[in-house]
Amino acid sequence: MKELICIVCPKGCHLKVEEENDWAVSGNSCPKGAEYGRSELQNPTRVLTTTVCVEGGLYPRIPVKTSRAIPKGLLMDAMAEAAKVRLAAPVRRGQVILPDLLGTGADLVASRDMEAL
Amino acid sequence: MYDLIVVGGGPAGLAAACKAWDGGVKNILVLERDRELGGILNQCIHNGFGLQRFKEELTGPEYAGRYIDMLKATGVQAKLDTMVLQIVPGEGGAPHQVHAINGADGYMVLETRTIVLAMGCRERTRGAISTPGERCAGVFTAGAAQRFLNMEGYMVGRRVVILGSGDIGLIMARRMTLEGAKVLACVELMPYSGGLTRNIVQCLEDYGIPLYLSHTITNIKGHQRVEQVTVSEVGPDRRPIPGTEMAFDCDTVLLSVGLIPENELTRQAGIAMDRRTSGAVVFENMETGVPGIFACGNVVHVHDLVDYVSAESERAGAAAAAWVQGKHAAGEALELLNGDGVSYTVPQRLRLDALEKPAQVFFRVNRVTRDAQILATDAGGKAIARFKREHMAPGEMEQVALPPQLLKLARGPLTLSIREV
Repeated sequence: MKELICIVCPKGCHLKVEEENDWAVSGNSCPKGAEYGRSELQNPTRVLTTTVCVEGGLYPRIPVKTSRAIPKGLLMDAMAEAAKVRLAAPVRRGQVILPDLLGTGADLVASRDMEAL
Repeated sequence: MYDLIVVGGGPAGLAAACKAWDGGVKNILVLERDRELGGILNQCIHNGFGLQRFKEELTGPEYAGRYIDMLKATGVQAKLDTMVLQIVPGEGGAPHQVHAINGADGYMVLETRTIVLAMGCRERTRGAISTPGERCAGVFTAGAAQRFLNMEGYMVGRRVVILGSGDIGLIMARRMTLEGAKVLACVELMPYSGGLTRNIVQCLEDYGIPLYLSHTITNIKGHQRVEQVTVSEVGPDRRPIPGTEMAFDCDTVLLSVGLIPENELTRQAGIAMDRRTSGAVVFENMETGVPGIFACGNVVHVHDLVDYVSAESERAGAAAAAWVQGKHAAGEALELLNGDGVSYTVPQRLRLDALEKPAQVFFRVNRVTRDAQILATDAGGKAIARFKREHMAPGEMEQVALPPQLLKLARGPLTLSIREV
């Protein structure tokens, strides 16, 4: 049995995962916690949040995120892809910046509006 | 004259203004000193916001964006780039005055029937914790570095030591690592972390960044720029232990050593303060000691989840709306005292006559506990309510709901305490 702390939400539930018992999870207070417990020990994933370059807006950077969690091992490769992006304002919250990032099925999307000045 | 002026356009101010509008108040003005609404959420680009409020995992800018959209759907007015300089409470039911200034309107004296204080908090700096060493460049508060990196587009350093394990420091450890910096250590004076456990896991452990508990920075060396820091272990008295020094060659020190509610306006207005929260003393509806002036969010006490800020601020907004409509809470207040293991409560006072729903009480514990009970005990020593918690820590805000029917049984002040079972 492995003990780990759930990172799905800031509550931080203390999970117990039984590898021998088909990855049964206890200690979670929601279904997402059980899902996290199972995947964290088999195929850990994370949502990546970072910024990309934008011109013509209030700020020179705009925050972006992956539309869903991607394999933990791909985070630095995803950062390298984000570093190549050059956007021009206006950009809308939810706008897809890079579709199917690194073949993960997750899109890189803008997480705020950036009006053109 | 306004019905409500909200000081601050961050998450607290936005939630209070929207809720007051929904409560039927239509003449509302939000004053914000930054160039845009949203407050500190705009630089918190990481995710984890909104799970309670929106049942979705959002980034800071997305959470702010939702509230900004909600505000724009109302007729609430907002003035940006506007600094509030002074609040003068009205005497005997007269309107309150808000003195503010901006480039377009100049100096303004605005009159209002109610005020919601939502100025948030600011970071403790190197000066506040007296870290020894040379006064070289490269020492930043974690939040300042976060703004430089995430909004202004400046990388603040390459080899980083973080002092303090507050959430912003932990988040910045990951952020700097992803951007190519080497984070050498996160150093925490206390024997436990000041941040959320999930952030220890996903910001430090994910990237192999060591966390030194019961350690502190005892020297910063550097001529132009930081060159080296010395880290020492501290004893139970939190004093450095000679002979435990470690040297880290680095160019940047980030400080994540606590947040202080920003209450210059509150103090100047003569509003009663609580020295434990560094915020105003508030009643069950977030009203301060001055009738018609309310406070909510991090200006009252530092929260760890914005979702709780929104919930608390909606209570303040609803209460301000009720006040405008002539429903002034009055009557005797039951005082909430801090017993063993509890370092503060918000609210500090409950007016039972005004209480229709259970009183939401936020508090912090001062030690890490497992399988503990939270007790609400009255002056006669009778426990009127008990709550069980598997795990509590000072870094994680706790919350209990005290139903009015139980509170009415209490005699004298109520003491909140924790007891390990």
